[in-house]
Amino acid sequence: MGNEAELLPGTLDLLILKAVSLGPLHGYGVLLRIEQISGRALLIEQGALYPALFRLVRQGLLKASWGKSDNNRRAKFYELTSKGRKRLREETDGWNRLVAAIASALAARPQEI
Amino acid sequence: MIITYLRSLFARFVRRAETERELEQELASHIAMRADHLERVGLTRVEAERRARIEFGGHERFKEECREAIAGNFIDILIQDVRFGLRMFRKSSGVTVIGILTMALGIGATTAIFSVVDATLLEPLPYPQSEQLVSIQDDFLGMGAHDVGISEPEWQDLQRSGIFEYVSPTWFDENNLTGSSQPTRVRLLIVAPNYFALLGAQPQLGRAFDPQDHSPGFIPEVVISDGLWKRAFGNDPNILSKSVRMDTDLYRIVGVMPAGFDAPGRTAEERNIEVWAATSFYGAPLSDHPARNRRNLPTAIARLKPGVTIAAAQSRLDALVASLQKQFAADYPAQNSWTVRLMPLKERVVGNVRQSLVLLLGAVGLVLLIACVNVANLLLARASVRGREMAIRRALGAAQGRLTRQLLTESLLLSLFGGTAGVAILFLLKDFLLRLVPENLPHLNEISISWSILLFALVASVVSGVLFGLAPALQASRLDLNHALKQEGRSTGSRGRARTRRGLVITEFALSLVLMIAAGLLLRSFWDLLNVQLGFSPQSVMSVRTRLPSPNDPNTDKYGTASQEATFVRELIRRCKMLSGVEEVAIGDTASIPLDESLRDLKLISEGQFLLTVEGHDVQGDHSTVVERSSVSPDYFHLLGIPLMRGRLFNESDYDDTPPVAVINQAMAQTYWPNEDALGKRFKAVKAGSPWITVIGVIANARTQSLAQAEVPQAYLDLYQTGAKRLAILLRGRFHTAAIADEVRQQVQALDPTLPVYGAQTLDETVSASLSQRRFSMELVGLFALTALLLAGLGIYGVISYVVSERTHEIGIRLALGAQRRNILHIVLRHGLGLAIAGAAVGLICALIVSQLMASLLYGVRPTDPLTFAGVALLFIGVAWVACYVPARRAMKVDPMVALRYE
Repeated sequence: MGNEAELLPGTLDLLILKAVSLGPLHGYGVLLRIEQISGRALLIEQGALYPALFRLVRQGLLKASWGKSDNNRRAKFYELTSKGRKRLREETDGWNRLVAAIASALAARPQEI
Repeated sequence: MIITYLRSLFARFVRRAETERELEQELASHIAMRADHLERVGLTRVEAERRARIEFGGHERFKEECREAIAGNFIDILIQDVRFGLRMFRKSSGVTVIGILTMALGIGATTAIFSVVDATLLEPLPYPQSEQLVSIQDDFLGMGAHDVGISEPEWQDLQRSGIFEYVSPTWFDENNLTGSSQPTRVRLLIVAPNYFALLGAQPQLGRAFDPQDHSPGFIPEVVISDGLWKRAFGNDPNILSKSVRMDTDLYRIVGVMPAGFDAPGRTAEERNIEVWAATSFYGAPLSDHPARNRRNLPTAIARLKPGVTIAAAQSRLDALVASLQKQFAADYPAQNSWTVRLMPLKERVVGNVRQSLVLLLGAVGLVLLIACVNVANLLLARASVRGREMAIRRALGAAQGRLTRQLLTESLLLSLFGGTAGVAILFLLKDFLLRLVPENLPHLNEISISWSILLFALVASVVSGVLFGLAPALQASRLDLNHALKQEGRSTGSRGRARTRRGLVITEFALSLVLMIAAGLLLRSFWDLLNVQLGFSPQSVMSVRTRLPSPNDPNTDKYGTASQEATFVRELIRRCKMLSGVEEVAIGDTASIPLDESLRDLKLISEGQFLLTVEGHDVQGDHSTVVERSSVSPDYFHLLGIPLMRGRLFNESDYDDTPPVAVINQAMAQTYWPNEDALGKRFKAVKAGSPWITVIGVIANARTQSLAQAEVPQAYLDLYQTGAKRLAILLRGRFHTAAIADEVRQQVQALDPTLPVYGAQTLDETVSASLSQRRFSMELVGLFALTALLLAGLGIYGVISYVVSERTHEIGIRLALGAQRRNILHIVLRHGLGLAIAGAAVGLICALIVSQLMASLLYGVRPTDPLTFAGVALLFIGVAWVACYVPARRAMKVDPMVALRYE
């Protein structure tokens, strides 16, 4: 547990978009996918996933349809809309820029100033 | 985006149950899958499901969050708030009813006044592109003379100036319409043929005049009003083939204007035109070559060319005036300073009433504000009872914003109910209220409850609701949970809330004091006007009017010369004197009826006022050379009880072949011959060809022109020398008004059956009518002020009652410890009066500012009249005392035992 990081506010939406972009998923699948692609380093409260999913659907970034899961349970599957794809691209770029800037700031040494 | 949003809304409101079920299924399937997963790792099914549920977290909370994430959440919350608010209203129905009634009063009254303001000041005049319509007014600023009229050549200059699309002089007149059973007087407007094209108005039947017609004399056609068509011709569909005889001349009716078409005039008479006649203002019976300095056209209206603004037009006009003055130097003496002024036509129509209406709107706005303050107070009182409810809801996790929103929703509901009730009452009382509107209030647009009025009421309700809901809502947001919850069952009176309530009461007092002082000043002005020394006695005098025709062919005029007319007038006076009850009779032109305002514009040119030159005086630089003039028969002065100071009155030796003579009042004598004897001095009208007139007598000043002005220079000419078309028969005696009017009619028509007889009125009625507009604003402002006083009284009563109930416990202890009941009374009264005095102090300062703004509406009192200020302040403190005394008595009677057990 010790090496799991708290999510920054606002990053859950980005992670969901990324997870779904790799293929349609139901809610539990999104959770697993995020765990998987983040190397189990991120801690997500399971229930908090759903309000985020509903929000993304309302914003038109995801669309949902009912289907059957691997072990034959009825589940709601989410997939990315074209608008969602565009948003994911923008947010990814924005995130990368932010990370680069912060990393560069944190790497600054006294003699460089 | 919008489509997904709509789909989301659809999911919330239409497929509500299904959405809810799906949400439940989705979460359940998550937990099941997680449990499957855990089971595979090695847990038992039961244990796996338990773990899965724990890991998932607050099931209900997330469900709620999901619901909130669906669109339209705010609507759901609103519905909840409204439902809850309505339940609260039912619970405290007393507070609710008082609140709704207060708001109904405030919003209803404001909406009523606004509908009048909208119809008169805000709505454009009811003609197409009315913003291009202007009024043209000529002034001789050098002589202090305004609205001096224009001449025919000047009209042509304006037409050709390229500034205007059309220019039409308008000449209000009266005429005798004969042919039906009874000769009637009609209100006639003489206009240029382009008049209807200028206004952009179409007749409902027939046609208007040909705008290009420039033939000499009067065009033998008339357009009549819908009213006359109904009244005199019984809606005859074949009216267009008919001719009418007016002042003995024959005119063909070519058009009937639609119902509701009013002329843009300043008085009711000038707006309710019945006949329009057209001329190009030259050729018999007018002059063939009208002189430039004969300003016989009273005023003019015009339509600016499209795209020309008034400012641009004015500057081009100024240039035109300057070049005309150079070109015709003899006609425009430099000392006259002739100027031509354009103003929006609407300004001319409503300019007189703007200030009164703005005053009324301000007054009623204050009433609304006071109503808001009162309801805010009421809600605060209730909020203190609901403090615990709020605290519990907070403690259970309700968000701060949510509670504030709840309270604001409630106050909005209250004010919307109030507004609806107010507008409903307005609808019911509409006919009654419209009758209160004075007739001379210019509303070419009908006063009605239109969509814009309803919108106004809605906005007023919403703004008021927010205004009075804000205080309780903000108070609730500053709730101290700990403190509130500890107060077992007791209402929670936080210190801040008490302060807010005190502040509100002070505001309320200050506002209503301002209104009361405004009303007080108006009342004093009115009272002073009513009790002013008139200088003449209107008691048991009445006036009846008639009018002699002026046919286009002067040779057919039976009353063409003053001596022809004098014969008629003398005979009429002789006959009227014989009527029973009549003691004295005099005849004058209509300008001689004291304080008559019905024909204001007629005065400007044909009678009433004139510009004069005084013999031996060169330039009248420092004072106006306009005097009021009327022509009267010799007995006029005695009949009205105006005493002769020097010289003599007219007598039977003054005929139209003897030199013209005049009786003037002291004001005129002092103005033109300040240190000399006016008797024997001569003056004449500025008009070319006017004879010199000799002063033969000086009479005392009388307020026959204006109640408010004591010293208006006036000249009286001898009716037997000047003649006059519009005659007023003045009778003094003991008689029944209606009966005598009929008897006078018989006498007049015995002499000439074509003459109309109309306008019978006692002089008291005339005087009263001249005050109608002042009375209207005074009564309304007074009514509003009383309402405000009542509301303020209720407000302070509520606060003090509340304070008493809050302090019952403390009072009980004081009494138990031996305080006298009298002391308790003092404590409570001091508290209340302190508020009242603070409010009065603030109010007095505001009133000083407001009263300066209304200085021009006052008469006889200064805007800082100490008597009014002190009187109103005392009245206020009196009301506050009574309002506090009732709860104070209750405090005094507190039983210490009961009070101490109160915990």
